[in-house]
Amino acid sequence: MSSKPHNKLFTPGHTACAGCGQALAIQHVTKALGSDVIIVNATGCSEVYSSKWDESAWGQPWVHSVFENAAGVATGILAALRQRGNKTTKVVAQGGDGATFDIGFGLISGMWERGDDILYICYDNEAYMNTGVQGSGATPHGAGTTTTPAGRAIPGNRQFKKDMISIALAHGLKYVAATTSGFPLDIEQKVKKALTFPGPTYLQILTPCVPGWGHESDMAIDLGKLAVQTGLYPVLEFENGILVNKMKINKPKPVTEYLKHQKRFKHILENKEELAVIKEVARRNVERYGL
Amino acid sequence: MRKMLEGSRAVALTIKMCKPGVVSAYPITPQTHIVEDLAKFRAEGRAKYEYILAESEFAAASIVLGGSLGGTRVYTATSSQGLLLMTEVLFNIAGMRAPVVLTCANRAVSAPINIWNDQQDSVTIRDSGWIMLYAKDNQEAIDLHLQAYKIAEKVRLPVMVNLDGFVLTHTYENVELPEQKEVDKFLPAYQLIKDYYLDPKNPRTFGYFATPATYMEQRQELSDDLAKSKKVISQVAKEFSQKFKREQGDGLVEYIGTGKEKVILVAMGSVVGTMRYVQNTKTQRQFGILKIKCFRPFPNEEVVKYLRRAKYVAVIDKAVSLGSEGILASEIKKVGCNIVKGKIQSFIVGIGGKDVTPEVIGDIFREVRGTGEEVRWMYP
Repeated sequence: MSSKPHNKLFTPGHTACAGCGQALAIQHVTKALGSDVIIVNATGCSEVYSSKWDESAWGQPWVHSVFENAAGVATGILAALRQRGNKTTKVVAQGGDGATFDIGFGLISGMWERGDDILYICYDNEAYMNTGVQGSGATPHGAGTTTTPAGRAIPGNRQFKKDMISIALAHGLKYVAATTSGFPLDIEQKVKKALTFPGPTYLQILTPCVPGWGHESDMAIDLGKLAVQTGLYPVLEFENGILVNKMKINKPKPVTEYLKHQKRFKHILENKEELAVIKEVARRNVERYGL
Repeated sequence: MRKMLEGSRAVALTIKMCKPGVVSAYPITPQTHIVEDLAKFRAEGRAKYEYILAESEFAAASIVLGGSLGGTRVYTATSSQGLLLMTEVLFNIAGMRAPVVLTCANRAVSAPINIWNDQQDSVTIRDSGWIMLYAKDNQEAIDLHLQAYKIAEKVRLPVMVNLDGFVLTHTYENVELPEQKEVDKFLPAYQLIKDYYLDPKNPRTFGYFATPATYMEQRQELSDDLAKSKKVISQVAKEFSQKFKREQGDGLVEYIGTGKEKVILVAMGSVVGTMRYVQNTKTQRQFGILKIKCFRPFPNEEVVKYLRRAKYVAVIDKAVSLGSEGILASEIKKVGCNIVKGKIQSFIVGIGGKDVTPEVIGDIFREVRGTGEEVRWMYP
């Protein structure tokens, strides 16, 4: 039995759940970033399972401030590097969907407005997982979370996922992309590509969550693929505002193929009305991006 | 060089001479002139810092935290609502031991909204782990900012320099502005300390997660270090006095009087100026003034030393713990408990810019010698 040497930039021993889609993504993100980088992390699962004093999984210089401000702290770090004459070290800000779509939204917009060379990576598991699976601006319509639970009166989340991709494009970002944990090498490629673009760049990664979505712990990659194949989570790449790459759906799968593995959608499978809404979300994505 | 300067201008020129690497702020009355001046210096090429427009005070505080951890001297300024908004980050800055220097142009807090001076904003965050200094005039504003950087970088704790909004920020005073080379001698270039900044050549983890097993010890260490910083504050004050030939005393408190007074009025900030004016008028009987310059860490021993023999202590506050009493008053009472035998009474003045006239001081001087013990809100 052979084993590859472990990734020194994000070492084993952290306490993420077995099968965590986000930790898998972080493995590939850190590999693609290399060591000449400073990472600014928002509050969330990623900092909790990786930085419990006095151990750390991070092989790169890394800072966690508060929930809202990875983008602000990143701005300051980059400015300090400029002052010290350092033109090579990259600054990357990252956080979950809660930090990105909701509480840190204003500060991300400010960072994007300033036009600095900072890559922002959103690990999107579609809810506030670290605090126990509460709904966020990224929670898809119909999903059950603890604050958008499915009950007889209300069948799960009534809101629709915030379109951060369009918001990033509206800020004039020269590189905006989406991918999922289903395609680890695509994650690496996109991180590397993002770093070649000037100004702020944005990468959003769908990262399945074992306890939050209620799926089997070996399903993160499969679900990452199914999300794409059903049209529910388009894999896209925009350069200078133009869609230059997308993952076309060669063998389209019905949304139920994706939903059926997840407890958070259990109530949807019997609910024709809700299922129709989700099918429409998928259909619109396919049409909009030509998948 | 002697100059006639608006308080804000004096502060901005001082900060420019301290050569920060990153300056970031969000506009709020009455801090605006400071940050506008800093922008002008940069635009004219008279300064080399990164001047970053923040989209909120929360962002500004975050940006300077990043700048500090990124390895450079930083600066921000705010007031009132802005200070409250960045409070989460202020606690974080102290916990991360980043030597940030911040100017708070003291202003009242909402609601109702009010842009005029009182000290409610700053005292509200007294628990955050920041060193807090209060300037009584524009000269002190200059001097305290110079000392602030030196103190912050020695003890690795953030320092807030407070000056009364409008009263100091927008008034002109004849001040002695140091020369750049004098500042350079007192405050050399920022020193990078290994393990204390983000460096790909020495990757470290900042802002980690601490469980009950290790959090309390670290917070105690922070608290102890803040208390111990009193020594450094005094040392820096002494060094400043020697280098700039302007007496700073112990950097913590200043007593103005003969030392024999039985009535002592305690206050911080520009109101001390009005108190001195009253003290100097011949028609009044004598009272002593205990000026608090360093509010955090609170100068317990120094306060006790001066108040010990007083029969009546009037603590004059421009801030109040709503429903209770003046905040400085609470601190004085706590320190004086069982040691200061005289009466300590809380007087609230100048809230939301309400005028603090010599007559108000006179009223306080009269009332404190009466039998009342209750909190008194004093109106002109």
